[in-house]
Amino acid sequence: MRIVIACCLFVVSAVLYLTAAPVASAPRDDAAAASAFGVAYKVFMHPRCVNCHPTGDSPLRGEDSQPHAGLRLRRGPDGQGVFTLKCTNCHQAQNQQGVHMPPGAPNVLKDGSLDMRNPRWHLPSAKIPMIFQGRTASQLCRQLQDPKQNGGLTTEQLIHHVSTDPLVLWGWNPGEGRSIPPLSHDEFVAKVAEWINNGAACPK
Amino acid sequence: MKRVSFVLNGKATEVEVEPEKPLLWVLREDLGLTGTKYGCGMAICGCCIVHVDGDAIRSCVTPIVRVEGKRVTTVEGLSNDLSHPVQRAWMELQVPQCGYCQSGQMMSAACLLAQNSKPTDSEIADAMSGNLCRCGTYQRVRQAIHRASEIATGKGARR
Repeated sequence: MRIVIACCLFVVSAVLYLTAAPVASAPRDDAAAASAFGVAYKVFMHPRCVNCHPTGDSPLRGEDSQPHAGLRLRRGPDGQGVFTLKCTNCHQAQNQQGVHMPPGAPNVLKDGSLDMRNPRWHLPSAKIPMIFQGRTASQLCRQLQDPKQNGGLTTEQLIHHVSTDPLVLWGWNPGEGRSIPPLSHDEFVAKVAEWINNGAACPK
Repeated sequence: MKRVSFVLNGKATEVEVEPEKPLLWVLREDLGLTGTKYGCGMAICGCCIVHVDGDAIRSCVTPIVRVEGKRVTTVEGLSNDLSHPVQRAWMELQVPQCGYCQSGQMMSAACLLAQNSKPTDSEIADAMSGNLCRCGTYQRVRQAIHRASEIATGKGARR
């Protein structure tokens, strides 16, 4: 059943992505773009997003974004953890049932399909840490605009990322005991697309 | 039920079990390998650690389907003659007290040493922070990892 739900989410997100693709000829509207980003910012700053986009070298957890108690976790060069403590040593391809059980998300295969056996769970790399924690809306907006700081994503790829990446989608299916962001995923994608389609201006 | 094939301690293995059944329980119940222990069942304590393609994964939360086509090593498979440097160091320094957590401790230690042949105290503390021991054998675990490093790098003469 969870596989079916995950596949449906993926298909719906892909459709959303296609319908939300940037319109190259759309007129620039800085006020509308900045306003849309300001709404989407509430999602970026939610613990489901911030916990894997921390300022430090370790992932966070919970509604109050605390370190994993007792575990001396490190980002590692590729964001996958180090030595005995790699993210996917505990996190699986789907959420484990029950409160305080490890959440999980599926890997993505080269053809874009979901691999429901193997997990995808990691931080951004050490080279491009894509920090959200503590960023103002203006700072985060400029960071997301900059391919050197956003993982080399074009605006089209940025919309694709927020539309279809299993780790992003997980934010709205985080498992028992975890809150979800203040916008629906559809609303969030729509706001990111609105920001980009209006010229991607940033809030002051 | 689903048929799952993998290499277990060097031998081709096939089981037919529920696809979501945790690897831990397949090892213990279906394959009779009871060296891997059940501790918390929440991927916190580290008692259930085994290697999957070299990574120290927590078998209590790992669905069996994840290991399809992969290499799984349990504490029984570190060596068949107690010659693995971690086994030798653990015996030499008499690390365990009650012993319940020790298979997980040894599997983490072996994973660390496979990637870092001469870890520092700090690197050991980081790598072993996911293995809890209610007897408090942490100092002996650290000493044994240093000793296993010596054995593995050819400084194996008994002290």
